[in-house]
Amino acid sequence: MNRYTWRTGTVEGVMIVVALIFMIPVYVLINLSVRKQSDLSSPLLPTREPTLDNFGLAWTQSGLGEAMVNSALITVVSVALLVVLGSLSAYGLARATARWSPMAFYLFMIGLLVPFQLGLVPLYRNFAALGLLGTAVPLVVIYVGLRLPFTIFLYTTFLRQIPAEYEEAAAIDGAGLFARFRRVVFPLLRPITGTVIILNGLFVWNDFLTPLLYLSGSVNRTVPLAVYSFVNENTTVWPLVFAALLISVIPVLLAFFLFQKALIQGFASGVKG
Amino acid sequence: MWLFIIPAALFYAFVVLVPSGQGVFFSFTDWNGLSDDWAFVGFANFVRLFEDPVSVRAIGNTFIYAILSTIFENVLGLVVALALHSRIKSRNVLRVLFFMPVVLLSVVIAYLWQYLFQVNNGAITQLLHAIGLTEANPNWLGDPNLVVYSISAIVIWQFTGYTMVIYLAGLQGVPQEQIEAAAIDGAGAFARFWYVVRPLLAPAITVNVMLSLIRGFMIFDQIWVTTGGGPADTSHSLSTLVFRTAFQFGELGRAAAIALVLAVIVAVLGFFQYRGLLRSGGGQ
Repeated sequence: MNRYTWRTGTVEGVMIVVALIFMIPVYVLINLSVRKQSDLSSPLLPTREPTLDNFGLAWTQSGLGEAMVNSALITVVSVALLVVLGSLSAYGLARATARWSPMAFYLFMIGLLVPFQLGLVPLYRNFAALGLLGTAVPLVVIYVGLRLPFTIFLYTTFLRQIPAEYEEAAAIDGAGLFARFRRVVFPLLRPITGTVIILNGLFVWNDFLTPLLYLSGSVNRTVPLAVYSFVNENTTVWPLVFAALLISVIPVLLAFFLFQKALIQGFASGVKG
Repeated sequence: MWLFIIPAALFYAFVVLVPSGQGVFFSFTDWNGLSDDWAFVGFANFVRLFEDPVSVRAIGNTFIYAILSTIFENVLGLVVALALHSRIKSRNVLRVLFFMPVVLLSVVIAYLWQYLFQVNNGAITQLLHAIGLTEANPNWLGDPNLVVYSISAIVIWQFTGYTMVIYLAGLQGVPQEQIEAAAIDGAGAFARFWYVVRPLLAPAITVNVMLSLIRGFMIFDQIWVTTGGGPADTSHSLSTLVFRTAFQFGELGRAAAIALVLAVIVAVLGFFQYRGLLRSGGGQ
């Protein structure tokens, strides 16, 4: 059963063919982005005279550089806030013995059930009333508020599996509540913090709806919005468009190939708790 | 202790609780979002929602998106996971390839597929020609009878890797000895899967089905980028229809009613998901 049989070989062959078919869209993406704009041959045929010109043009015209800086800032700030606020409140929720604490936990968990669309319009009006449209503030606030229930869920379930003895030992040594959290609990949470960073980071970086609503027409664009505007202005020039598409996914792809083990594990453990 | 929770509670209340409450409230009004002048209209927005062909179609579409993507993401994800859980040498590389679309921007994936789906000699049509269907020339995104399925295909391609990794994680928990014991007892490949592996995978199946359903019901990016809800408003999901009604037509009361219907659907499902998560070992 543990040997490499002809049956295993067949599975291997079939799966490689399936994977190749599965990758056709990615092949077309790369293939077209290195193509001269005058080259109108089939997108499935390898490009005969590859060029990198599209990348230079796309980079200077699309504003993707700035958008990446914006996206990176928004992602880092949102995820940092989520880690801090999520772990702090999960600690409070998991260790408190008062009667309100399960209630508070369930109140947060309602957030897992309420789709964002329900509050979309009123929230937009509220931010407009505060004069914050066109800035990154609503985005960070929204990402934090929106992803806190899931973050707290991950932290709380993880915390409940950690015995309280470590903290009690620190308490005997005279450490206060916050010092215990910072020096004892938070380091113990490291594995799940990795998952929290990966899942929330990817969510924030990839989100399209919120920037479409809050940043359309402003100079502060995120990557998905910059891609959206650039493509709308150049719909017929596909090689240029594809170069922009490829540029826009390079940061995530790099991160993915560098940290693929951690990333894939993060996704798998994010739902297993 | 409660001091630890206050900052999170403030964000959460401002972004989720308060606006959602406002959303429920305004779904019973004719608010246009600009003036302070609005009136209660009772259930008029909901009545219109179930009478207007565009929104009736959007409700139907939302179910098609959700159910189709759930079935295919899970069947394909499970089959791929089972194949890659074997001793094949390329399994690690293949896992990475199948998972890759999950990390790409939805917007990028949507544009890429918009191109692949081009009418007259688009890449997918060319592939059809290559396998012998030389007469075929479907208008993938322009034919009202086809567009919903084409967009579902995009979503399925994007998220099959997601269900795959969860199934792979679930398969790690299936003891090899049990499968071998079943094989010695004469169970064929399908019997081994059905009687030994499937029961042990139940938690992963629950989680995956619920996640894909909720993802499917909330679908926005792939539709908005490829068709904007067209042709002639035939590919809307409830999510894109909320956006269009609110921000292109300025009918916020009506948009809130559409959102509330979506919210009820997702909340019912989410409730089951939450119970599923708790049961699958998330929280004891």
